[in-house]
Amino acid sequence: MEHVEERAAGLAARRSRVQYAASLAVAVLYFGFMALFSFDQPLLGRVLASGLTLSILLGFVVIVGACAVSLLYVAWLHRVHDRALNGSRRS
Amino acid sequence: MTLPILLFLLFVASTLGITAWAARRTRSADQFLSAGGGISAWQNGFALAGDYLSAGALLGIAGLITRHGFDGLIYSLGWVAGWPILLFLVAEPLRRLGKYSFADVLAARLRSAPVRLATAASSIIVILLYLIAQMVAAGSLVQMLFGIGYRPAVMVVGGVMLVYVLFGGMLATTWVQIIKAALLLGGGVVLALLVLHRFEMNPLALFAAAAHRFGDQVLQPGDKVAGSGWDAMSLSVGLMFGTVGMPHVLMRVFTVRSAAQARNSVLYATCLIGFFHSLVFIIGFGAMVLVGPDAVAASGGGGNMAAPLLARMVGGELFFSFISAVSFATMLAVVAGLTITGAATLSHDCWTAVVRRGRAGEREQLGVARIATVAIAVLATALGVLFQNQNVAFTAGLAFAVAASANFPALLLAILWRRFTTWGAVAGIVAGASSSVVLILLSPTVQIDILGHAAADLAGRWWFVPLRNPALISLPLSLLASVAVSLLTPEPDGQARFASLRRQVLFGASSE
Repeated sequence: MEHVEERAAGLAARRSRVQYAASLAVAVLYFGFMALFSFDQPLLGRVLASGLTLSILLGFVVIVGACAVSLLYVAWLHRVHDRALNGSRRS
Repeated sequence: MTLPILLFLLFVASTLGITAWAARRTRSADQFLSAGGGISAWQNGFALAGDYLSAGALLGIAGLITRHGFDGLIYSLGWVAGWPILLFLVAEPLRRLGKYSFADVLAARLRSAPVRLATAASSIIVILLYLIAQMVAAGSLVQMLFGIGYRPAVMVVGGVMLVYVLFGGMLATTWVQIIKAALLLGGGVVLALLVLHRFEMNPLALFAAAAHRFGDQVLQPGDKVAGSGWDAMSLSVGLMFGTVGMPHVLMRVFTVRSAAQARNSVLYATCLIGFFHSLVFIIGFGAMVLVGPDAVAASGGGGNMAAPLLARMVGGELFFSFISAVSFATMLAVVAGLTITGAATLSHDCWTAVVRRGRAGEREQLGVARIATVAIAVLATALGVLFQNQNVAFTAGLAFAVAASANFPALLLAILWRRFTTWGAVAGIVAGASSSVVLILLSPTVQIDILGHAAADLAGRWWFVPLRNPALISLPLSLLASVAVSLLTPEPDGQARFASLRRQVLFGASSE
């Protein structure tokens, strides 16, 4: 019984770490962009190609990145975490 | 002007049909307030997007981009970036521990009455402020799109919304959101494709054309929309965490069967909302190049006509009518979602849990929820008429600021922090809500834009707050108050319950 408890606690701790890491990734992405927007507009305004500035490129990186981290997180929960959790409940 | 009205009536007729169907399935408080938990993850993903994508997302942001270029994207980014945080930290614990409102999560480990009253007060403030913004926007837009008066427009929105919510409850409201989200996304895709068709299907060619005509600065960041420096940072804090604290968004996680489905539905909503905001960026630049900022500004409504005018230009009168009707349907759906959330807060948190101490029967709960629905619908319509000339951005911004500063910190600490206490929660909510209101009253938004004081006069006053967006100060203030008061008022019972709730959050998954 104690063995199961320990494994559950381990799974819970691992899940918390993943949650915090994913939150941090999105926060760094978004607030990093907003910090550039707020405090270094010349850098963000650099023209990279005809019709493309760094601000437009990074703006879309924020949107796509937010969706990508969310997708990875949910995929991890379904494929790794929930399976391990079910395994530990059965044992 | 008859075609948009006909299309809108078609939308109303079909959604009323759904309401009649839903009304036959709505007999209990559970069905009324959470559709009995019978909504699927995909349906709820669309409904979340429907609840969240207000008219501001299409009309407002497209108008901002048409006028100011890149800066319009700043609101989009904040509205998208909050969703992953909702997914990672809040959605699943909320689904496992709650029933009808996010106050359930706080009440599960803290003393029920004080935390429910505090969260109910801040939620009702957020809902009413956001309702005012939506009603006023609906009224003024309908004036332009359909040529009917402001008051009749607000009353039509209030009346139709009341029918959806009162008779069809959460089930009808959800289906209204799903249909509206599908129409809005479909309309956005077609509009963006029609624009890109003129630029070899290459967004960069569109942006290059905009830069060629209006200068490179339309592709570069500026300070017209979001301000700059700390004000822009404060706005971003408010948008991101306000999203996580919006009661009508949080309430939707209770409509699905399990925590795993709640997680999936928030993921789908995140991707749909991110995709839609990318479309709006193209639509805004399309209106800039094809319609022109001057023509959009000349049509009135503070630039809100950019997307409908663009639709007329690239798709003709029928498409203009479609986009106009979808915009109106959007407001209708958002106010319905807000109203049912307000009804849940009043009936579940205030009446059933606090006044009746959980002893209210099923019929009584349903009856109170319906009375609350009527009260909120009447109040929303009256406020919409009363605030006709109010600055909509101000009330919507205030709603996000209070949600970010009062609701979000309390919810986060309830889920994550073992030593959080009842009085810590109450102190944090009160500090967050009151400081965000006071800071906005002392900000340039009220002092300069509304009261008309001169900026030079205000600069030297000790009480003047130069930030337009209070979240950068009010959110940390709320956290600080929560932590300080929690440490001063230890609650051993709450800590014990926290341990068992953590187990419930972890192990709920496989038992569902």
